[in-house]
Amino acid sequence: MTYSERIAQILMWTIAAAAVIFLLTPLLVTVAVSFGNSAVFSLPPPEWSWRWYERLSNTRGLWPSILTSVQIAGLSTVISLLLGTLCAIAIVRGQFPGREAITTFLVSPLMLPGLVVGIAMLQGFRLVGLREAWTSLLIAHVVITMPYVVRTVVAALSLFDFTLLDAARMLGCSPMQAVMRVLVPALGPAFLTSGMFAFLASMDNYPVSIFFTDAWTKTLPIQMLQYVEERPDPTIAAISAGLILLAVIVMIIGDRLVGLRRLADF
Amino acid sequence: MKSDRSLVGWLAAPAVFYLLLVYALPLAWLLVRSVAGPEGLSFTLFRDFFADPFSWRVIGNTLRIAGMVTLVCLLIGYPVAFALARARGIVQVILLAAIILPLSIGVVVKAFAWQVVLRRDGVVSQFLVGIGVWSEPQRLLFTETGLVVGAANVFLPFMILPIYSVVKLIDPRLMEAGATLGVGPVVRFFRILFPLTLPGVVSGIAFVFSLAVSMFVIPSLLIGDRFQTLATLTGRSFLLMRNEALGSVTATVLLLLAVSIVLASSLLARRVGRFA
Repeated sequence: MTYSERIAQILMWTIAAAAVIFLLTPLLVTVAVSFGNSAVFSLPPPEWSWRWYERLSNTRGLWPSILTSVQIAGLSTVISLLLGTLCAIAIVRGQFPGREAITTFLVSPLMLPGLVVGIAMLQGFRLVGLREAWTSLLIAHVVITMPYVVRTVVAALSLFDFTLLDAARMLGCSPMQAVMRVLVPALGPAFLTSGMFAFLASMDNYPVSIFFTDAWTKTLPIQMLQYVEERPDPTIAAISAGLILLAVIVMIIGDRLVGLRRLADF
Repeated sequence: MKSDRSLVGWLAAPAVFYLLLVYALPLAWLLVRSVAGPEGLSFTLFRDFFADPFSWRVIGNTLRIAGMVTLVCLLIGYPVAFALARARGIVQVILLAAIILPLSIGVVVKAFAWQVVLRRDGVVSQFLVGIGVWSEPQRLLFTETGLVVGAANVFLPFMILPIYSVVKLIDPRLMEAGATLGVGPVVRFFRILFPLTLPGVVSGIAFVFSLAVSMFVIPSLLIGDRFQTLATLTGRSFLLMRNEALGSVTATVLLLLAVSIVLASSLLARRVGRFA
């Protein structure tokens, strides 16, 4: 190894180490602040305490917003998995023109500014007289979650050997049985990763949701930003720490089931 | 079986129809409305917008911040993608976790954390005073530097992952072959390695730039109302000022900007792909 190669190596690993610290900084700071007893976010905190967690139970509007977020994220993910998988089968197996264009179309909400998509939908929904917050949120979030499902399931289906279905038929399965016993298990990892990322994308969405909330129906990110703007105190850090814990659990489950490297496939 | 395969295309219908109805049509309607006057086609809204020097400052802010965020992400992300491809065992797990975990956490959480980090008595200020770079504590919150640092942090994974996805496919023997042929390491990097990574670099830049152009929560929390970008101005005109005419124009400009980034990057990716 030459001198300049060695320098390049050292530089690469130094930057990588710094990047790990940089990427984890917001998460570590949030957790540290949430366990401190300082109301002004002093770091390191003068003393450790649970006081911000104890406050969570009587923080106004928190639990309804969590419930709304989980409902919307869960339902929209299920609908996207259903519609998205059917569409992915059509794209991979069908023989019609424009299949590439359909994939691009269904993935495009991911690439356009969320705010613009939200405004367009708001005006569209108003035009047809839809003003109910919960329904609007659900309809909008299916669009947000669809790209994750289509992208991952199309990729997984292109690797699936469809003659296996014929084999199952020959061995006596009905068409439905063949799909349920052969295709669905083979797509399991794809359903899992895309469902996970779709769920989290819906849970975290701010720029689209903001247009469809009212005084009674708020999603968690909207409610949290309202706390940040009204009275910033470490209660927000405690909620955030809960979300970080959720993300860690999801990542560990994802790692056990499909492996971290597959999660990083882009 | 033949009829099965021609019918299978209809399975796409529900999803396509759904997105056409609730997503494509409203977007088209937004575009139409922005050029619809009392009698037919009218570009008055755009003419007024582009005649105002304030608008140009907002566009300038948007592009400058997005450019700086993209540059920072590229400078950090490029070597990290190589490190990720070379890493094995526990080092690889740590790197992957540090990249994937922040991806699954909401932007409100991260922007709030950076508010805490960038304060006058925050970690960054304490650290820089501690190692003697700054003589006294300073506030980075509500400055452009603070905004770039926070945004680069949120978008960094979107630079690392696309570059990593091409780096991991490069055959390490290519570099050895170059060395055997007596080419120096610097020339080898720029002649062999760098061109092969270009498709990943292009898609990483496109991802980060378009995310940074349209970010809304991060500037709201890290720099405040006095600094406006196209996205924050769009959000404010709809949510606070109730000025939907202005909001429709900025939303349309933002939409066209985002679409041109996507189109330009896919054209560019095809070209660099051919070279590699």
